[in-house]
Amino acid sequence: MTNSIQEIRDAKVIFAIGTNTTEAHPVISYYMKQAVNKGAILIVNDPRRIDLCNWATIHVQHKVGTDVAYLNGLMNIVLANGWQNDKFISECCTNWDEMKKTIDDYPAEKASEICGVPVEQMTEVAKIISHNDPVSLCYTLGITEHTSGTDNVKSCANLQMMLGNMGKHASGVNPLRGQNNVQGACDMGALPNVYHNYQKVTDPAAKAKFEKGWNRPGLSDQLGLKMPTMFNGMLSGDVKAFFCYGENVAMTEPHMSHTLKCLEAVEFMMVADIFHNQTTPYADVIFPCTSWAEEEGTYTNSERRIQRVRPFLKPHENYREYWWIVNELAKRLGYDMGFTTSNSVWEEMRKLGTSYNGITWDRCDDVGLQWPCPDLEHCGTTFLHADGNFVCGLGKFSPAQWRPQAELPDEEYPLVLSTGRRLWHYHTTQTRNSEGIDDLFSEEYIEISPVDAKELAIDNGDYVNVTSRRGSIKARAWVTNRSPRGVCWLSFHFHEACGNVLTIDAFDPVTETAEYKACAIKVTKAESAPFEITRERQARP
Amino acid sequence: MVKLTIDGIKVEAKSGDTILSAAKKAGIQIPTLCHVKGLPAQGACRICLVEVEGARGLMAACSTPVVADSVVETSSEKVIKARKLVLELLLSEGDHDCIICEANGDCKLQKMAYEYGVSNTDLKYKGEKRAAVKDTSSRFIIRDGTKCILCNKCVLACNSRGVHGILYKNERGFSSKIVSDDCELSDSGCVYCGECIQVCPTGALYEKKRVGKGRSWELDKVDTTCPYCGVGCQLTVHVDSKNNRPVKVTGRYTTPNEGMLCVKGRFAYDFPLSDKRITSPMIKKNGEHVQVSWDEALDYTAGRLKEIIEKHGPDSYAGVSCARSTNENNYAAMKFARAAIGTNNIDHCART
Ligand code: SF4
Ligand code: SF4
Ligand code: SF4
Repeated sequence: MTNSIQEIRDAKVIFAIGTNTTEAHPVISYYMKQAVNKGAILIVNDPRRIDLCNWATIHVQHKVGTDVAYLNGLMNIVLANGWQNDKFISECCTNWDEMKKTIDDYPAEKASEICGVPVEQMTEVAKIISHNDPVSLCYTLGITEHTSGTDNVKSCANLQMMLGNMGKHASGVNPLRGQNNVQGACDMGALPNVYHNYQKVTDPAAKAKFEKGWNRPGLSDQLGLKMPTMFNGMLSGDVKAFFCYGENVAMTEPHMSHTLKCLEAVEFMMVADIFHNQTTPYADVIFPCTSWAEEEGTYTNSERRIQRVRPFLKPHENYREYWWIVNELAKRLGYDMGFTTSNSVWEEMRKLGTSYNGITWDRCDDVGLQWPCPDLEHCGTTFLHADGNFVCGLGKFSPAQWRPQAELPDEEYPLVLSTGRRLWHYHTTQTRNSEGIDDLFSEEYIEISPVDAKELAIDNGDYVNVTSRRGSIKARAWVTNRSPRGVCWLSFHFHEACGNVLTIDAFDPVTETAEYKACAIKVTKAESAPFEITRERQARP
Repeated sequence: MVKLTIDGIKVEAKSGDTILSAAKKAGIQIPTLCHVKGLPAQGACRICLVEVEGARGLMAACSTPVVADSVVETSSEKVIKARKLVLELLLSEGDHDCIICEANGDCKLQKMAYEYGVSNTDLKYKGEKRAAVKDTSSRFIIRDGTKCILCNKCVLACNSRGVHGILYKNERGFSSKIVSDDCELSDSGCVYCGECIQVCPTGALYEKKRVGKGRSWELDKVDTTCPYCGVGCQLTVHVDSKNNRPVKVTGRYTTPNEGMLCVKGRFAYDFPLSDKRITSPMIKKNGEHVQVSWDEALDYTAGRLKEIIEKHGPDSYAGVSCARSTNENNYAAMKFARAAIGTNNIDHCART
């Protein structure tokens, strides 16, 4: 995020796109709704009628997979009316001429035809976001989990830069990071191209620094494999040893039957985790880890704030922290990683990464600290790109062309399936093993529009078979206006009926993020089990 | 700036400040029961009554703005008497059986009654009891109307903090009550954020999962970060350390969540005690997972890894790290791949 979470409350306009905030980032949605109570305009841009729409001034229901066309169309309208921020564009940005050319390719009528949003509504939105200040643009996985994910992200940034809505309090581009420590896992260099603090593995200076700092000559300067390529490597035989830590990959990766084939194929597989799950059966070795309740350390939230995690339960004698496990393994491989406590890991990290130099556990004891924080006197950074000063000099426009999703609906698979998280659950094991949560939402429901349901003679509660080119599951139907005509929705929380049996392993070419948000399916009735919904509730039938 | 005197102390306040906040700045505590942190005063409970020289009656400090040169007494005899009366009234209307109340030891009403020496078995004022019901319908929250003092904090919390719009006060004079939509809580649109429980000053709202699991003073409080989404809410786990189990969770009044939580942070805290946890290192032998010692598991793994690296090179290793785990564990995962194995094949589940 370029802004802090609480700043959202001070926005005059919140432009939410591809974020089911009340379910996936509930407390952020509270701030959005508080802003609305104070008079802010909330524009929800989402193919689905998500609960956040209850508080929205405008709900833009663009078609699944048309974000780039929609955003380019908005920019076209802004430009045609001269509503752009020329001062910001000329002083703080580059590549505007190229951007303009792309914008010219998306006259409002053409964009409207692609994304299905009437020109009048697009004009209204364009007017609101260019005539109010501050404007906070928030997005989540609805933007990134597409084969055009990178282009979607670029388009969000292009729009905000064009309007000068950057580097100000409550104004910016705010990706709401999904999991509790996605930000941290990236920051810590659990990525194939960078060490922690985004130091490139291909940069000879970085390599030299780590060879010295780690006392380990000969580090690789070759880019590593991203997850989808790793999995394919297991099938092709390039990857022989696979260490899976803390992810139930069998359920969370797209196209489950492909994932399982890969796990079966790999020669040696290690799993370190807290639960027996759908992935552990494939492991040759299993290590029991400490969980959130038993370990000590830090998480970094969406707003780059490093916060403490403290143990509150005594662990079973066999639980171990992951850093200890790899430290022990490394010793047996003849290399001493030198870790003695979780804090010793942090201290080494901090000394080798400039953005965290100033952050000690003690300093984030009470409220946490937001990186960048380069020295022990620095108090952290609440918003990035202040006054239009981008981290990499000037903000560069990155024009993007719209292209459709990898798999479009057709005669055989006429519906679009989108997937995501529900309010009540988080992934596949933790909430399902917490007392009471499963009682509130205990089995998978496929959300389907009343029009489609009627055509298929499906009632609320009926069991249906959901099939894509990659597999089939049985789930109950939730006939609801949350789904627009032609679009269904599933989560991936239930191993009994996991959306990822169906999702497609098509990836964004740059990030290799899978297109979880769009594939083609068909739905047929399996058995009748109707029930009546007496009142509309949030997030459940 | 407005100058006034509170309890004999000269105080400076901004014009528009209330007597309550001016007193607070001067280090003088005036008790409140209905004030929700971060929200404007409601003047509902009348516990914050103070004496203002020259004013006709006592004034509610939370909703009376400071006046220049005024003289305020926050604990005069008259004030204390009035507060006692308010407390007696509140106690008499409800059914405040502290012995089995979950809020015992953690209840503002109880604390105040204790401080002012008001006992609920010895009430001078014997008024009518409110006809009130207990709603135990929901999975997580018990609403006990018999302990409700109608302070309206839960209504404010639900409507102005979480902005869920579930709770409201059904204004019917003496038979006023707090209702959820117009039905039992389980049928309402409640999202179980638990914000209402957190602000309730009495035992009128409490967590179902905590019932009978320990008194507030027996519980240790551990501050930590929610393990679910990227908001990173700050929370306190209340733990029964003797029995090694969490009893309840409250939100901390700090960044980024200002005390607020969602259903997962508030209630999905007991998965670490699940019997599906992996409790021993295991090695697959003849297709079956067998429990082994840590040493055996580590030696075996290191042996296999060595073999594979020697034969196929370090790039035949691939590791996936965990976006749910700590920074420290993620750093360790990447250093292990890069320094111990010698490959950049390390990624994590955020990509997909
Ligand atoms: S339930 Fe609690 S917070 Fe709500 S009005 Fe009653 S006493 Fe106040
Ligand atoms: S739990 Fe949350 S949504 Fe439900 S009544 Fe309480 S404050 Fe409102
Ligand atoms: S309490 Fe809810 S909103 Fe807050 S971090 Fe946890 S899951 Fe996210």
